[in-house]
Amino acid sequence: MSTSRRSVPLLKTLIAQKSQTRAVTYMPRPGDGAPRPVTLIPGDGIGPLVTSAVEQVMEAMHAPVYFEKYDVHGDMKRVPLEVIDSIKKNKVCLKGGLRTPMGGLPTRHENVDIVVIRENTEGEYSGLEHEVVPGVVESLKVITKFCSERIAKYAFEYAYLNNRKKVTAVHKANIMKLADGLFLESCREVATKYPSIKYNEIIVDNCCMQLVSKPEQFDVMVTPNLYGNLVANTAAGIAGGTGVMPGGNVGAEHAVFEQGASAGNVGKEKIVDQKKANPVALLLSSAMMLRHLQFPSFADRLENAVKRVISEGKYRTKDLGGYSTTQEVVDAVITNLD
Amino acid sequence: MATQVLRRRLGQILSQANPKPNSKLSLAKAFSSATAPIRATLFPGDGIGPEIAESVKQVFKTAEVTIEWEEHYVGDQIDPRTQSFLTWESLESVRRNGVGLKGPMATPIGKGHRSLNLTLRKELNLYANVRPCYSLPGYKTRYDDVNLITIRENTEGEYSGLEHQVVRGVVESLKIITRQASLRVAEYAFHYAKTHGRQRVSAIHKANIMQKTDGLFLKCCREVSEKYPEITYEEVVIDNCCMMLVKNPALFDVLVMPNLYGDIISDLCAGLIGGLGLTPSCNIGEGGIALAEAVHGSAPDIAGKNVANPTALLLSAVTMLRHLNLHDKADRIQNAILSTIAEGKYRTADLGGSSTTTDFTKAICDHL
Repeated sequence: MSTSRRSVPLLKTLIAQKSQTRAVTYMPRPGDGAPRPVTLIPGDGIGPLVTSAVEQVMEAMHAPVYFEKYDVHGDMKRVPLEVIDSIKKNKVCLKGGLRTPMGGLPTRHENVDIVVIRENTEGEYSGLEHEVVPGVVESLKVITKFCSERIAKYAFEYAYLNNRKKVTAVHKANIMKLADGLFLESCREVATKYPSIKYNEIIVDNCCMQLVSKPEQFDVMVTPNLYGNLVANTAAGIAGGTGVMPGGNVGAEHAVFEQGASAGNVGKEKIVDQKKANPVALLLSSAMMLRHLQFPSFADRLENAVKRVISEGKYRTKDLGGYSTTQEVVDAVITNLD
Repeated sequence: MATQVLRRRLGQILSQANPKPNSKLSLAKAFSSATAPIRATLFPGDGIGPEIAESVKQVFKTAEVTIEWEEHYVGDQIDPRTQSFLTWESLESVRRNGVGLKGPMATPIGKGHRSLNLTLRKELNLYANVRPCYSLPGYKTRYDDVNLITIRENTEGEYSGLEHQVVRGVVESLKIITRQASLRVAEYAFHYAKTHGRQRVSAIHKANIMQKTDGLFLKCCREVSEKYPEITYEEVVIDNCCMMLVKNPALFDVLVMPNLYGDIISDLCAGLIGGLGLTPSCNIGEGGIALAEAVHGSAPDIAGKNVANPTALLLSAVTMLRHLNLHDKADRIQNAILSTIAEGKYRTADLGGSSTTTDFTKAICDHL
């Protein structure tokens, strides 16, 4: 278990840094405290286990949210219409984990101290493939100025509003000159509108290498689709694994929160049976959700409780080097709520 | 500048004067134990290239490796026959000799002509890029137990270079996967695993999203794996792979991947063992051509200052020797390099020391 132990100290320092920079001020308008509905999709595998963890903790905090639960499974051909309607109505959704990803909403991801903002509607995952002749297959990677600009704007806006100092664009424009070149152009244009935020560019292979050796040089990273997937998972591995990475997918009108890295713990039957899945990632994602709903104080309480439990070290699931079950970690978080 | 032109011209004259028979490698192997020297093409490259190439030549001379170097330089005008700065003569030289060693070459970003490295790959049909990554004893990184090989398909995939603008503001880039190329690289991966005694080959993919393209790649790998039942074969999704590599690299043995993933993963693995300055690499082409190369950049900021680290180019030269079946010489040189680094007395700046390139080279020669 030496690798897990090695990653946890890093996790601790990353978390410690984050709490030092956070400042909260909150002036509510009358009626802001009314309970907000949130669509909840437990999903497959460890999904139900970790979403029930979130439900328990929200209840214990008396947070002003209530969940509308829907059953969606990865093997369904499409997301049921009633679920989409619910998400459109509530505008916020919390997702446990589906064996194949749910499509249709523009998405970004978030990480512990590095924030990876990933364009998620186009790029390599357009799904446009065809067989030219038998034995030769083509896949289209589409990059548009519209989507690149949109994601660049969100990245800089995020950095600006969260007092982040640097935005790094990740690309491979030395080889894919037109496609990634267009992405970089859009990023550069947006960068000129935020002169107080430092902007630089890094080639994706160098980026992965630097992440592995010197991750502290990165702050906010903005990437097209595929690189974002890889960078987010690499960063997750460095920060302690999928078990602790929160993730938020934000669109123009809706938001879906789930575990930050997709590497499949969803399918691990053994973990589901023994009820040992790590609920930390989804708990931190639900804290992000609370911030999105503009309940920062609840979000802070939840995050502080989770941090205390992790740093104490008594209740940790297997992927962090401990032996606790999901329920034990949840109970520990609830007792640590102030 | 003038010396470069002179050298190139000299090279041309020499190659014209000594036409070699076309059976390259078998002939080379047959003669390797005899006194006839093996001819190898050397591209010193840009920036720190010439200094580290000098280092390699010196070590080989001290180790009494019977290799005669044919040096070629990149021109400053586009050769219409190759559509790049590399001349046709350089490419012919590699084709004739069957082995080569390449230093770092600079590629300007976003200019529109073909990148030099891509030119070499396409023209020489270098279909597999092999990068052995193992932790160097004596140079401590956060990962001590790395011992894996990344084998990357090198001719197609996402780097086909086929891009076009559909309408203003919309660009398409084509990713091509063919059965022939995938089979070829899979064959090489399993063959390599067998000849080097490796137990497991993992194919890295994203076939859950790119079902047809990566699906075809996987199908080809599966077909080849059936011919090697003694080697374990597994398939790993790229996100999982990234995460597992960063948490526990000992889980992997031989990795085979399409082009883009291979690029990123092989650099990631280089990061695990200490960076590109220490990573060897070898490109395998049709007909047994091997072009070993140093994968780091040309580092123009430290060029000419005698502080560059020649380890990557030296280790790549060692893989070139192994390809030529000169295993005893390869082992001797490799051990000399590893023990010099492990000793810690002579280390270049990037490894935390303060020796010059020439001192480091001399230390290796002393260890032989």
